[in-house]
Amino acid sequence: MKQFTGKIEITLRKGILDVQGKAVENALHSIEFEMISSVRIGRYVELSVEAENYDTAMDLVSEACKKLIANPIIEDFVIVIEEIN
Amino acid sequence: MKFGVVVFPGSNCDHDAFYAIGTNAGANVQYLWHKDSTIPSDIDCIILPGGFSYGDYLRCGSIAKYSPIMREVINFASKGGYLMGICNGFQILTESGLLPGALLRNTSLNFACKDVFLRIENNDTFYTNNFSRSDLIRIPIAHGEGNYFAEPETIKELEDNDQVIFRYCSPEGIISDEYNPNGSINNIAGIVNKNKNILGLMPHPERYSDELLGCNDGIAIFLSLIRRFN
Repeated sequence: MKQFTGKIEITLRKGILDVQGKAVENALHSIEFEMISSVRIGRYVELSVEAENYDTAMDLVSEACKKLIANPIIEDFVIVIEEIN
Repeated sequence: MKFGVVVFPGSNCDHDAFYAIGTNAGANVQYLWHKDSTIPSDIDCIILPGGFSYGDYLRCGSIAKYSPIMREVINFASKGGYLMGICNGFQILTESGLLPGALLRNTSLNFACKDVFLRIENNDTFYTNNFSRSDLIRIPIAHGEGNYFAEPETIKELEDNDQVIFRYCSPEGIISDEYNPNGSINNIAGIVNKNKNILGLMPHPERYSDELLGCNDGIAIFLSLIRRFN
């Protein structure tokens, strides 16, 4: 068995208004960062996973995201798996 | 008939629901602990109460859906048992997939804590048969994530099947953005599943079930269900 780190970025799906991101964007504009736009806010989850190989680790984390870590109805997620040496 | 009110860590409307059902509506009621793995056979309706189950960690309702009792609750509802989720309970129902859609952050970003008016959109359910269609009721809301969202095809299905039960409206019954407290699509405040045995709503009928509180519009929802069993 190998040890992996899973890094997961979760954001609201494109097309869903991110009101938190919008509020931050408005605040940025009020302090003269008008060049910044399309602010989206998400969550970051990091975890350790024990698996035989990269593919198994990816499948496990992906399944965990679909079942609990993200809500696919409203959220997208991107997983990065890194082997720990 | 008998009600069961589930108590999760962080539930805070469980006592209100228990009081509204037991004292105001005069029905039998008992608490169900979240770690229980069985539901007494004499329970006819389960209430998932409001609050902040598991601290609202990750997403509201996301952790509660995997608590031991929820497996039994899902089983109970799939056999036709009556299941009502109020506020955080509604969030648990959508997270569990028992009701479609999801509840997003209020568009205002504010925690909305006030009375709202609801229009009864369908009185042909066991939760609303004490009302007439288009009746108006005043009920409190108290939530930060009550902005009902679903894909357009899901919304169409809900509307076509008369599954939208309550809509936010003006005191005169007008449905408009002005009277939408959280940004919910089509001013949706409460829906039922296709079989109409599962109800989810963001407003708190249990908080307006006692005349002493100045309004008891909420009790009719519990009385509707009790009538079904009498």
